[in-house]
Order: sequence, then structure tokens, then C-alpha cells
Amino acid sequence: MTSTADRLVEFDEVLTRYEPVIGLETHVELGTASKMFCGCATTFGAEPNTHTCPVCLGMPGSLPVANAAAIEATIKIGLALGCRIANWSRFARKNYFYPDIPKGFQTSQYDEPLCVAGHLDVEVDGTTHRVEIERVHLEEDTGKNLHVGGATGRIHGADHSLIDFNRAGIPLVEIVTRPVPGAGRLAPEVARAYVTELREIVQALGVSDVRMEQGSLRCDVNISLNPVGDLEWGTRTETKNVNSLRSVERAVRFEMRRQAAVLDSGGRIVQETRHFHEDTGTTSSGRSKEEATDYRYFPEPDLVPLAPDADWIEKLRAELPELPAARRTRLQQEWGISGTEMTWLANAGALGLVEQTVAAGASPGDARKWWLGDLARRANEAGTELGELAVTPAQVAELVRLVNEGTINDGLARQVLDGVLAGQGDPAQVVEAQGLAVMGESDELVAAVEAAIAGAPDVIAKVKAGKVQALGALVGAVMKTTRGKADAPTVKRMLEERVLGS
Amino acid sequence: MTGTSSDLTRVDVAGLSRLLSSGEVSAVEVTRAHLDRIAADDGRLGAYLHVEDDAALAAAAAVDQARATGAELGPLAGVPVALKDLVVTEGVPTTSGSKILEGWRPPYSATVATRLAEAGTVLLGKTNMDEFAMGSSTENSAYQVTRNPWDTDRIPGGSSGGSSAAVAGHLAPWSIGTDTGGSIRQPAAVTGLVGHKPTYGSVSRYGLIAFSSSLDQAGPMARTVLDAAVMHEVIGGHDPRDSTSIDTPLARLADAAREGAAGDLRGVRVGVVRELGGEGHTDGYEPGVLVRTREAIEVLASLGAEVTEVSCPSFDLALPAYYLIAPSEASSNLARYEGVRFGLRAGDDGSRDLDEVMAITREQGFGPEVKRRIILGTYALSSGYYDAYYGQAQKVRTLITRDFGAAFADVDVLVSPTTPTVAFPIGTRVDDPIAMYAADLCTLPASLAGLPAISVPSGLSDGLPVGLQVMAPALADERCYRVAAALEAAQDAARGHRLLDELGTPAGAA
Ligand SMILES: [Zn+2]
Repeated sequence: MTSTADRLVEFDEVLTRYEPVIGLETHVELGTASKMFCGCATTFGAEPNTHTCPVCLGMPGSLPVANAAAIEATIKIGLALGCRIANWSRFARKNYFYPDIPKGFQTSQYDEPLCVAGHLDVEVDGTTHRVEIERVHLEEDTGKNLHVGGATGRIHGADHSLIDFNRAGIPLVEIVTRPVPGAGRLAPEVARAYVTELREIVQALGVSDVRMEQGSLRCDVNISLNPVGDLEWGTRTETKNVNSLRSVERAVRFEMRRQAAVLDSGGRIVQETRHFHEDTGTTSSGRSKEEATDYRYFPEPDLVPLAPDADWIEKLRAELPELPAARRTRLQQEWGISGTEMTWLANAGALGLVEQTVAAGASPGDARKWWLGDLARRANEAGTELGELAVTPAQVAELVRLVNEGTINDGLARQVLDGVLAGQGDPAQVVEAQGLAVMGESDELVAAVEAAIAGAPDVIAKVKAGKVQALGALVGAVMKTTRGKADAPTVKRMLEERVLGS
Repeated sequence: MTGTSSDLTRVDVAGLSRLLSSGEVSAVEVTRAHLDRIAADDGRLGAYLHVEDDAALAAAAAVDQARATGAELGPLAGVPVALKDLVVTEGVPTTSGSKILEGWRPPYSATVATRLAEAGTVLLGKTNMDEFAMGSSTENSAYQVTRNPWDTDRIPGGSSGGSSAAVAGHLAPWSIGTDTGGSIRQPAAVTGLVGHKPTYGSVSRYGLIAFSSSLDQAGPMARTVLDAAVMHEVIGGHDPRDSTSIDTPLARLADAAREGAAGDLRGVRVGVVRELGGEGHTDGYEPGVLVRTREAIEVLASLGAEVTEVSCPSFDLALPAYYLIAPSEASSNLARYEGVRFGLRAGDDGSRDLDEVMAITREQGFGPEVKRRIILGTYALSSGYYDAYYGQAQKVRTLITRDFGAAFADVDVLVSPTTPTVAFPIGTRVDDPIAMYAADLCTLPASLAGLPAISVPSGLSDGLPVGLQVMAPALADERCYRVAAALEAAQDAARGHRLLDELGTPAGAA
């Protein structure tokens, strides 16, 4: 059970003996106004159990009515992934007992999903990896459990549990890949790139806000290892709760290292569900599939089969927005950057941010510089995604403008950014409030320059003797006394005027 | 006033509607008459699980007040009604005959209940039933035994046995029943009532506690064909809350009943189903039932109907198919009763975990027949068995539907006995589920094919009522009403009174 006890093989070493096969099951909560089978609102963060009704509470006698907008959104996702859209599809009941599923079954799809057989190409390190999509189907979300009084937040050891049914019945699209062999050492990055690309697609379609931290995009990661050259794949584990792009990559990496250690010692991999732990980047054993429930799927008799009209599907296909891959090609040309740079931007989740920053007035170069430089570093330090930083593309564009206008310099800009991230307002407001603007030839600056000259007669002597570069030390002193607010070239010119009299 | 009160309970709905509309009687008088009758007789019959009493009188008073202010009221305003206890009613106890829902007061109402309320009818109470509608005698109720007003040692049929006993016993002028495999038609037949199972999808299932979702339908149980048709018109029609509800206008059912009562069936082709009590298929059928059935068919012929015999070989497979499909769906429909959100919670003493509390709740909350069917259905749906059981049963369903299709190419309606026997004595089949299931032999085919079917009285055998079943193609419910009304009118005329009039007023009630 304890993940710390797992023995691990070094990642590079894993690849000398084993080949990974990955697979991803991604759940996307749709952003429809109402739930999948009732009229309740779907807004995130409401008081517990306020968005409920007899239908989503599974009250006796209540019946589901399928949400047409959710079906349309699912078909759009299927089309964007190049899937074939079924002309006959049914919902099915997945039967199991758990208090967060009010009806004692989850209404899902089984052998007749809406969309099948698509693919998604992702680029990692300049190579293209094709991820085959097995199916895209529509189901309903479960309620949310809160286990109170235990150490782990899990049901075991808890004193009591509370259930919030606001989430129960929110439409959920599940996108299931076929197993992806052949990624080798890039498997963790391919997994991450796949989820990143999928998120971009769903975002472009406008059918979900795909916010991993709010759970509107959730990933289960399947991993198996087989000895190099073996045709048969190994037993896979399914890691749940992988709730950030970074975690997808870490989960694959960890499982590869853990499984290799088990196999090295002659053990066998148990087909099981594992939990991912964000804090340690490790996985731990959940319930074993070998003792798993028989879901007793059967067609949902309370709903009629879906038979999407071919003309309607063609209309939806024609109306699809520009998809991320096409957009990248276009932006790459517009911005004049290399394919590698573009992949880099996309995999960092920065493409949309840069595009919006450019739209807000920044040059593509400046926008890239900030998002991939300072901001990427900060996101990395905070262990979060770029898009989740508390700064908007418009604010970054404003920062760029302030630098270009000479109101602030790069050093001050970083301080301004600190203020913005701390919630002190837009860049201009932070500049104003903290007095961070570059000083003109103000009295304060003149005084600082004269004080520096007066305080360093030896330096002045050297300069006058011809060692002009010794002035650099005085520039540094002025910058220090003005706490970086002065413009260095201006300071240098002022010093030269006074010392050399030019 | 006692005499008037008891008289009002013997008036059919058409009569009550006239009396109320003309102002000859008030809604309060009609309601009080029925409440008095319930107070006097229900101890003996056990038809009701819950009586609305004051709430019913208040609703009736509201109707009277509205009428007094000159408001435009519908023809049914002030007519009392009883609902089978699986019709969800806001604020009114609804148990589906099960301990697991004891004390549950629903936060919403079924479409059927809402439509009846909007028509101005007054809810008298909720009627007893086999637990979750699983049974043919109402002996599977977790609460009480219900007795047949014709012979209180006998069953009133089931699962809508509380509804049949209430209407036959004059404790309600009409009631709502539900039919999954025969649960409206069989109790109607054994108590001398008219009961109609509508085309699947023509009456909303929203708010009916589900037994088997692909089979359940609510329908009228009444003393006359016309009353049944009128109730069907009130509750029927498209409901956007039920995805399986059919979006077509209802046929004119009351008109069809009136047309049938005029007695002319010329041009109507009637098929007698050989496999349901015909030659070579009489095992398990009481001779008296077969005689009444034959006579009823002769009456139809005498009214001009062309009668032929029709063979539907797949009907022999209906019983096993039904007992796979219905329990399979039930095993899933009944999964929500686990003590977390409503109803009974047992064993939650702080020492037990969730799975144990769920198990104890279900162990204590469900009766033996319900458990039997949950286990059967769970097994039939299990991985590895699905194709052999549930899948195969669905294929049988297709075959039965095809048999109906072939038959309806040549005839307009099909007829058979409603159930093979008259009401059997209480306690005689409780230990023999297979014998109990045989009560549904004739009603199952129309259920599996989703077709409309009515049971109409065809006379008595050994002093107990026998019913004739009339089946029609999907959405041709009006044919059931027309043919049933013709038989009813002809037999009432020949007899000089209604069959139910032979059921005397019980001693001490008047
Ligand atoms: Zn709801």
C-alpha cells in the first residue's frame, strides 16, 4: 500500500530492458447549461446539493431525458478526432453500488458508443506519434464524496462521509485511446502531449472549460511494460486521479520505473487500479481488477436509442472551428518561428496564451519571451500550469507595452509581475502604486548621481586618467541607491556629462 | 344522509360527473360518501395503504368553492380517485408496497397524478399492491392482505389488487393501476372490472416507481368501459419528462367506447388466439373460464364481428422470456434502495461500514419475492450469461411482436381469456411461484410486444368474475375500447343489470 516502499529502477535503465505501452482514458465534463438527464444547472462551486432534483437524485419514479446539447458536443469531439459517428447508438446502464451514484447505476454507453475509430497526432521532440482513438462516448458524472475525520481523505478510516450531488448527472465525455506502443523513452511526453492536444481541441470546440484543477478534465493512465522485442504486451495498471498535465507525465514515468523493478525481481504486475499522489509523484495500489465488480451492462430502457441524422452530422462537421493543429501551422507562419519552437509552445500549454497576448498588442517575440521565460519558470516553481497563473494575456501585453515605452525596464517589469501575480492589479496600477516607473532626469536621480561622484574620488580619478569603463561601478551604485528604478543608459550618460564634461 | 352516501359510492364516474356538474351533489358529499365507505369496509377488504381523509375533504371543498364562484370546471372536477401506491404523489406516503419505502413522502408528483389533479379529481388514497408490483395476488405486499369483494377468502388479483378491490368494493369509483405483465388486466378480470393496459409509451411513466422499465404502463381500472376510456384520455398523451413517451395525439377513446356500446361490430375482424386457451392449449385453464370466453366471442359474432382463429406460436415462450426481462430490469431499477438518500436505513449503529448497512437495509427492506427476482435478474445480466438469458429473451420478444404483426395483418383485434382461472383462494399459491406466475399467461404477450389490451367482464364462473382480453395493434387502443364496450353493453342488456350489481352491498355498510 505505501508508495514509499516501492523500489524503482532508473528511467534510462528501464528502457534498456523494457518497452512501455500506454493508454489513456480521459473524462471531459461538458460545459452545457444543464445536466445530462435533467434540467439542473451545472455551475461549479455552488452550495452542496443545491443543483439537484428528483432525476439526478435518483428518486423512485424519476426518469432521464437526454440533453441534446451534450450529444451535439460529443459528436463535435468525435468529429474533431476523426472518428466515425455511429448512426445508431444507445445508452447503457453500468450497475454498481456506491453512494455517489444515486440510481445504483451510472447511465453510460457500452457496446454502442456515439463515436468510434479516430486518431490524434501529437508531436514530441520533432517526431509525430499517432494515438488511435478507440471510442468517444457520453455518460453522466457521479456525485462527489467528502470523507470526514480520517487521515487520508479516503473512505477507510473516515468518521463519516458527506455526498454532494451537484456534480451527479453532469454530462461527461469519455475519450478512450487504443494502446499506444512504440513511444519508448518518450512515452511520458507522448502521454502528456496527447492530453495537452486533446485539451486544446476541446477548448477550441468550446464545449468544455477543460480545467483540470476543477476536475472538468480528468485522466486515467494505463501503462504496461514488456521485455524489449516481446510481441506480447505486459499486464497493465490503471492510474486514476491524474489531474494535471505534469502529473500525466510523472505518472507514466513513475509506473514505468516501479513496474520495471517488480519485473526485474521476478514479480508479476497485478492488473489493478492505482491512485496517483500529486505531492510525491508516486502511485499506490487501489482496488484490484481481479476482484472487480461485474457491471452487468444492459441497454438503458428508459432512454430511446440515438440515431444522429447524417445531414446533421455533416452540418456539424462543416461548422467545426479551426482545430489546434491547423492553427499552429497558421500561427507558425504568422509569427515566423520554427516547428520545434511551435511544438515547444504548444506542449508548454502556452500557445493560446501567447496568441491572446499578441491579440492584446504585444509582438509575438515579446509574448513568447515572457510566457516561456519568466512565467514558465514561475509556473514550474509553483508546480502549476501556465494558464493557472494569476496573470492574464492582456496584463502580459500591458507589461510588454510599458517596457517598450520605456516606462519600466526588464528588471522593473519582473517586480511589476510580482505585484500582478500577488493580485495587486494591472501592471500600470502596480507601477503607479509601488512607484516602479523608470526615473527620468529627476532631482532625485541628479542627487543620486552627484552623491555617487562625490563618494568615489578614486574612481573619478581613474576615469579622468582615461579608464572610462571604471564608470560602470558608479552606474551600479546609482542603480542600487535608486533600487533599480533608474534607467541604466540614462545614468551612464549623466555620469559621463558630469565627470568628462562632454 | 347515510342512504345517499352509500348510493353515491355505487354511481359510476359518468353518473358522478353529471351529478356534480348539475350541482345535484357536492364534491364534499361524494368524497365523504367514499371516505365513510372506506371507514366501514376497508378493515375487511384491506384495499388502502393510506387514506387522505381530511386532505381529500379539503380538496373536495376547494372544488365546491370554485364551482360556487362560477369558475369553469372540467367534467371530472370533484370525482374521487384512488392511486396504486407506486404512483408518486408529492407529500403523500408512497411505498410501492415495500417496507424499504416506509415513511417516504415524495418531493414531487407523477405526471399521471398531476394530470388527474389538474382535471379536478380528488385523491382518496393509495392502494395496496404486491411489493414493487411483483405478484399476481397482492399477497406480496409488505403491509397487508387485500381481499376480493366477491369472496373475501380469495385474492383480488395483482399486482394492482388494492385498486381492484377498492373499485369493485365501491371504496373508489375508479383507480389507477399499473401493468407490467398483466397487473391491471388480471385483477380487473377477477373482480369484475374493466382494466386497460395502454400502448407502451402512450401514458407517461414519469413518477411511476419502476419495476420493469420496458414493460411498465399505467392505466385505468373502472366499473365501465366508458369510465376507463375517460380516465385514459385524462392521463394519456405525450410527456416530455418520459423519453419513451410517444409524441402523437391520443385517439378519441371515449367516443370509441360510446360507438362500441351502440352494438354494431360489423366489419370488425376478431381473431381468437389458439395458444391462449384454444384447442390443444387448455392446460391450466378452468372450464368455466373457457365457457365464458366462448360465450363472449359468440356475443361479438352476434353483433356482426367476423371471428376467426389465429395462431401465435411464439406466445408459448412469453412466460420464460418475461421472467428474464422483468427481473433483469428490476435488479437494476431496485439498486437505488440502499438506505442512503431516502426510505429505510437499517443497521447504521456506528459500528458497521457502508457495505454492511446497505446489505442489512436491503435484507430487511425487501420481501422474499423481490429478493428472488433481484437475484434472478442479477444472474441473467451477469457477464458470460447475458447472451444466453437477457439477450435470448429479447429475441423471443421480437418473435412475439412478429406473431402479433402477422395476426394483425388479418384481424383488427385479438381475444383470449384474461387469466386462466377465477380468483384463487388466499394462500394457495404463495409457496409456489411458478403457479403464481401462470396467472399472467394470457396477458404477457401484449406486455412484451408493448401493445394495448383491455380486460372486460364476460360473466361469472362459480359466482366469480371472468374477464375477456381484447388486444389491438400499437396505438390502436380505441379498438380495445370499442369491442369491450360492445360486449359490455350486450351482456348488461341481456342480464338486465351490470355484472357488478350482483355483488351486493355488504351487510352493515348501508
Ligand atoms: Zn437534476
